[in-house]
Amino acid sequence: MLSAIEIEQITHELQQVPVKKAACIEALKIVQQQRRWISDESVADIAAMLDMSTAEVDSVATFYNLIFRQPVGRHVILLCDSISCYVMGYTKIKQALVELLHIGYGQTTPDDRFTLLPNACLGTCDHAPALMIGNDLYRDIAIADLPQILDQYL
Amino acid sequence: MERPLTQHIPPSGAALHLKEYEAVGGYSALRKVLQELTPKEVTEKVKDANLKGRGGAGFSTGMKWSFVPMNVTGPKYLIANADEMEPGTFKDRWLLQGNPHQLLEGMIIAAYAIQATQAFVFMRWAYKEAAQIMTRAIADAYAAGYLGKNILGKDFQLDMQLHTGVGRYMCGEETALLNSLEGKRATPRAKPPFPQVSGLFGKPTIVNNVETLSYIPHIMNNGGDWFKSLSYTADGGTKIYGVSGKVNKPGAWELPMGVTMRELLEEHAGGMKAGLRFRGVLPGGASTDFLTDAHLDVKMDFAGVAAAGSRLGTGTMVVLDDKTCPVGFVHNLEHFFAQESCGFCTPCREGLPWTEKILLALEQGNGTYADLEQLEIHTQLLGPGNTFCALAPGAMEPLQSALKYFREDFEQHIKDKKCPYAHH
Repeated sequence: MLSAIEIEQITHELQQVPVKKAACIEALKIVQQQRRWISDESVADIAAMLDMSTAEVDSVATFYNLIFRQPVGRHVILLCDSISCYVMGYTKIKQALVELLHIGYGQTTPDDRFTLLPNACLGTCDHAPALMIGNDLYRDIAIADLPQILDQYL
Repeated sequence: MERPLTQHIPPSGAALHLKEYEAVGGYSALRKVLQELTPKEVTEKVKDANLKGRGGAGFSTGMKWSFVPMNVTGPKYLIANADEMEPGTFKDRWLLQGNPHQLLEGMIIAAYAIQATQAFVFMRWAYKEAAQIMTRAIADAYAAGYLGKNILGKDFQLDMQLHTGVGRYMCGEETALLNSLEGKRATPRAKPPFPQVSGLFGKPTIVNNVETLSYIPHIMNNGGDWFKSLSYTADGGTKIYGVSGKVNKPGAWELPMGVTMRELLEEHAGGMKAGLRFRGVLPGGASTDFLTDAHLDVKMDFAGVAAAGSRLGTGTMVVLDDKTCPVGFVHNLEHFFAQESCGFCTPCREGLPWTEKILLALEQGNGTYADLEQLEIHTQLLGPGNTFCALAPGAMEPLQSALKYFREDFEQHIKDKKCPYAHH
């Protein structure tokens, strides 16, 4: 069931659009903001609210890279794996993250703290390699910086 | 040397807020336009300047606007494409974070030209800081009477919304962007009808790149002749160029359109890092053909780069050095394109993962000469005219040129049954 705050925010979005289904992506963002990810139940709840079929909402939810259809940890690490970061050695950063966190891409630490994901170009190529955690962008990262970066996220 | 787009952005890149923007002449172009020009005259002025779209395609902006029907009732839309996601591209971020009102002023003038009443900034999710800055800028512009009803006391109204995406390269393609803004999967639409006639929610819509729209206030203030005089070549204006990769000073610079690749790489980017040699470059982002040291004197404008066999694209270059494996480099690119294909049309959905797999096999020493032929065939089958949008043809550009310029590297992987480069 959607929470009162989710319903209130989705209702607000519905007032901005000419047809209900145009609020689909915003609705997914709102629910994910509250729950970190989009469960089957959330897909059905959003579909009901937007007069869409669950399949239709799911087709949108699964299309976009940053809508998570599986549970993720409290902090999602998005490591840029595109070309400038490749040239500047992101693969070594990835290896270091795997060793520090003992998880691979798509996995979450047992304490639910971090999920590690690859991500397409973060648009900061003159400062590669780069990664994002939540709203925070880290640039020109070296392996030695990683423990200090991760320590900020509990 | 004039740098109209970036001259007021401090070296720190910190945002110019409303008062600061007004203090350097901000919104004077809008004032002038609303007082002196008809919508048609605005479009004519942009057409005269021959401003070409900075998002990659290089189509005439004034021409694009002139296709919008003016005698229809009902809403029209103006959209800034701030979904910068071409790998190797980081130019619009500079403008979005540094001078948000310059973009908004350009958008308001563009909206006036096509008589749109609703505008959107479609921004990629990753630009969190830019989104915050833009949110404040939009609120400030409303409060100052540059947005909303009766703008500057005239009979013109415009509402502005920031839409932040949820990640997908396809959203940068203008018709896919429209689908995404309608809450759908970002798959491209058939053209015609073009968005200028039937775009967002089936209404006339213009989608322009951030850098393109940011130029509009300057063209209104200074005119087409001034715009043309900024450039070294027939394509007018300045351009934001960028360089990334193993150069001494990676970065972005606003320079006259048509600077040479050599000047960019050697003077602005400071040349290659010690001990490395230049081998090639993607001149305008991931979906452009490689150029090599034979092309260093190519002028970086639309015609110049095209004559050399590539595209100006976004004008942000990615450098390949002699210690980085060209096969691994191209595998990285095709991995990106295969992942970001929307899956809507078959050649792209099936072909891109195939090229990615072949390139991985080659990179890991499991490739054959037949694989090279297979890659060549793919560059044809996924080329222009065979797919629904430009994603797959764009993906084939670096591949086909790598097969041409770095053939010996591909063959050495096959002969040695391993990657000869040490960086893995």
